Amino acid sequence: MEVKTEKPKSDTTGVLKRIAGPVVTAVGIDAHMYDVVKVGNEELMGEVIKIQGENIIIQVYEDTSGIRPGEPVINTGLSLAVELGPGLLTSIYDGIQRPLSVLVDKMGDFIQRGVSAPGLDHAKKWEFKPLVKEGASVGPGSIIGEVQETNIVHRIMVPPNVKGGVVKSIKAGSFTVDEVVCTLDNGVQISLMQKWPVRVPRPVNEKMNPTVPLITGQRILDGLFPIAKGGTAAIPGPFGSGKTVTQQQLAKWSDAEIVVYIGCGERGNEMTEVLTEFPELEDPKSGKPLMERTVLIANTSNMPVAAREASVYTGITIAEYFRDMGYDVSLMADSTSRWAEAMREISSRLEEMPGEEGYPAYLAARLSEFYERAGRVMTLSGSMGSVSVIGAVSPPGGDFSEPVTQNTLRIVKVFWALDAKLSQRRHFPAINWLNSYSLYLDSLHDWYDKEVSPEWNTIRSWAMEILQKEAELQEIVQLVGSDALPEAEQITIEVARMIREIFLQQNAYDAVDTFCDMKKQYDMMKAIRQYSDLAYAAQSAGVTPQQIISVKSKNDLPQIKFIKDYKPSLDKIQAEMDAEFNALRSAA
Amino acid sequence: MKEYRTITQIAGPLVFVEKTEPVGYGELVNIVLFDGSTKRGQVLDTSDELVVVQVFETTAGIGKDSGIRFTGETIKMPVGRDMLGRILSGGGKPIDGGPEIVPEKRLDITGAAINPYARGSPNDFIQTGISTIDGTNTLVRGQKLPIFSGAGLPHNQIALQIARQSKVPGSKEAFAVVFAAMGITKEEANYFMQDFERTGALERAVVFLNLADDPAVERIITPRLALTTAEYLAFDLGMHVLVILTDMTNYCEALRQIGAAREEVPGRRGYPGYMYTDLAGIYERAGIVKGKKGSITQFPILTMPGDDITHPIPDLTGYITEGQIVVSRELHRKGIYPPINVLPSLSRLMNLGIGTGHTREDHKKVSDQMYAAYAEGNDLRGLVAIVGKDALSERDRMFLEFADIFENRFVRQGYNEDRTIEDTLNLGWNLLATLPVEQLVRIDRDLINKYHPKFTKAGKAEG
Repeated sequence: MEVKTEKPKSDTTGVLKRIAGPVVTAVGIDAHMYDVVKVGNEELMGEVIKIQGENIIIQVYEDTSGIRPGEPVINTGLSLAVELGPGLLTSIYDGIQRPLSVLVDKMGDFIQRGVSAPGLDHAKKWEFKPLVKEGASVGPGSIIGEVQETNIVHRIMVPPNVKGGVVKSIKAGSFTVDEVVCTLDNGVQISLMQKWPVRVPRPVNEKMNPTVPLITGQRILDGLFPIAKGGTAAIPGPFGSGKTVTQQQLAKWSDAEIVVYIGCGERGNEMTEVLTEFPELEDPKSGKPLMERTVLIANTSNMPVAAREASVYTGITIAEYFRDMGYDVSLMADSTSRWAEAMREISSRLEEMPGEEGYPAYLAARLSEFYERAGRVMTLSGSMGSVSVIGAVSPPGGDFSEPVTQNTLRIVKVFWALDAKLSQRRHFPAINWLNSYSLYLDSLHDWYDKEVSPEWNTIRSWAMEILQKEAELQEIVQLVGSDALPEAEQITIEVARMIREIFLQQNAYDAVDTFCDMKKQYDMMKAIRQYSDLAYAAQSAGVTPQQIISVKSKNDLPQIKFIKDYKPSLDKIQAEMDAEFNALRSAA
Repeated sequence: MKEYRTITQIAGPLVFVEKTEPVGYGELVNIVLFDGSTKRGQVLDTSDELVVVQVFETTAGIGKDSGIRFTGETIKMPVGRDMLGRILSGGGKPIDGGPEIVPEKRLDITGAAINPYARGSPNDFIQTGISTIDGTNTLVRGQKLPIFSGAGLPHNQIALQIARQSKVPGSKEAFAVVFAAMGITKEEANYFMQDFERTGALERAVVFLNLADDPAVERIITPRLALTTAEYLAFDLGMHVLVILTDMTNYCEALRQIGAAREEVPGRRGYPGYMYTDLAGIYERAGIVKGKKGSITQFPILTMPGDDITHPIPDLTGYITEGQIVVSRELHRKGIYPPINVLPSLSRLMNLGIGTGHTREDHKKVSDQMYAAYAEGNDLRGLVAIVGKDALSERDRMFLEFADIFENRFVRQGYNEDRTIEDTLNLGWNLLATLPVEQLVRIDRDLINKYHPKFTKAGKAEG
């Protein structure tokens, strides 16, 4: 049950020697790297980040104003760990897993310091139902029972860091997270809660290939640039390009069973929007509040910078824990740039030699370690689970060549290029279809073939081709005007406009359009394709582009987006389109 | 209180003191000069051997003979009800010839972060009377919305017009203005003061003035003093406070100056690597607290060096604030006031404060449609420059014209013109009516039937 490695106990109390902002120096403790220490008379929480001879350098998770040299430092000998067990869902934590609601009760509306609060409620009782019998042999990661946490079943597992054995006793009933529910013959006692150090990835049986898409209901994502379950994606965006809305849409609509949302160094008001919106949102699948399958971590930009650095690890550890139960988890980190900046800030306080743009030289290593914790896996208990990581990056000045964006792009497989220019035109989601990419298209090919339509992959390529062509044609139009284009290409421009305005644009605030399933996406794209085919046929039959472009029935196509039971209207439009083109052709 | 005479080094705004009793990080320090006058500073780095003190005023006159007194507490701001109507220095001392502030409370100026869980959701629409803000970049209570401007542009007029006209339609709650000037000229300060006096706004304002010739390091604390005052007015006295911070560019310059003096590793363009966190500590002090009456709405003003929106100051600001109002030199040159360019401008909280129950059901769609049409028209201007107007299709010509009328009728308005949100939205519909109905793809049919001048009774009667 204890954290992975027992360290030799030795001198545990020392004194502070120097304080400079969130980084302090202590002497007289025998510490190991990443040990959690308590700093000063108020016992502020900190973590050892450097050992230099006698000097132990500590980053402190709380404000250090007023702390003096000579105050005590206590080493707990433990790593920074999170509490994992029933009660995680619906929780809202700060970067070091202190529940924000508990903090409000303990210290009021403003974050004060020196208050500790456990991640889980240790008084609450949960109804435990064993799934194995006495005498069964279990190993690390085996599921021994379950707790109905919300509408999600919380599976209780043997911690991955203990030895397996034969179940000696296991009992059903009502327990707190601390009470022992199961004992093994080798003396291992298992309770509903386990602890895990946040900087260590939780072990798995095997990493699998990602072959199933994470359906998000966002047309440009599912349709054109899909992410696989267990995949990694980056959303870079200059500010004001709709990055946050896109991420929130993903959190709300993606078909992962568990959502972990890390607000890392972002705006307080935006976090509040998430905090007030999520509990009210209905989960489209269960009809229950979305919050019931969500864990939120909120460490806003003005909360302590060291806790911001830790928040990303806290989040991914929680995500891995649910993955180990066999769930599909999607984790959003908004924003990894703020996380990188926290690293930079701490590194500069340590007076480390800076790398590019002042970021520490280990930036790339830290980023890849983090993204590598994503994946579709076979868990220790043999079931399939996944953690998909969607990280936002906020490149300064929208300059993608900066280190955080560049190092992220080297690792992630999907890139959703948000574009301020598009958002200025109110083209939402403002994802640039020319610069974005998904490297999962090949591995997901079969899934789309089977689950959507054998035609889908072809129609997708067709749409991408038209959009690509349009970009080339636009360059010519910029020079000579659209009337100077050959007739067929005028039609291409019109079809591309339809793809953009009908398919790609999606209104996150419209009750219907906010989520669009693959079936509807396919039907919509097919209708555009139908117009395109009819248009080119008509054009070769001698109908003028003006006549083709002013076909009336297609003007109703955009309205399809806002209709829930769209099929009758769409059929009607498609029939009208046929009729209109027939008339045009016979007139020509 | 012990006085040390162990200064070993003075560099720029920093004073290094040796061998002291343990001193707390962030503590307030008094430095006593040979003539008995004192200067104030703050501990930046403390250890057994050495304490680094950042002085908030000029270090002129400080020498190895100066005495250092550590006060044992962090910097506190005395706040009280009678601060309203007062003018204070950038360091918080009265400079209007009036009496000292009678403190009802002494508050730490750093300010604690609002627990995100305790934050209220900002959703009260603030009507500024300016169409480009109300219509397309709506401000809500508790928001921080900076004005990105450039040297020589009328950002001060805009800020004043906002301060004068802002109201929540239909509400009569107590409200106050906290104005913090950092490194602006006396002339600019006078301009603000005269306008406050002319409109009677001074009575419900607290003014902090750090002028261009005041010590640059003092600018580090000016916004914090202002926000501490604002928090007191908002969360203790229940007022709705509008905070104007100008000019944040000068604040950041001061931050860079101190970073350089401390020989820190510089980040982009020499600004310290922690500038994001530092700015967040200022901007994030806007907001609403659940269960408390007041609110803090921030209007930071900054001039973008070289009109460059990617410069670290506007860039980092934009990442923290909830949008930005961009003042455009091009529109200013065309003689349009207020020269707000709606294309790069944005209000992130707009959707919380508009629509049914806040403004009007058609607000979002009208706004989106105008935005899109203006963006398209604006793009076409580049094309016209190359091929001439005649080469455009009829559709394109309509959008091109729309861009012109949008600027001349929607953007342009008088310095004293206070438009209601109804006026703004109706104006929007009138402009959109110059486009064919089928081009209004972003608006639902039923809204078009209800509001489009062509379909409404009034419109039909005219037509």
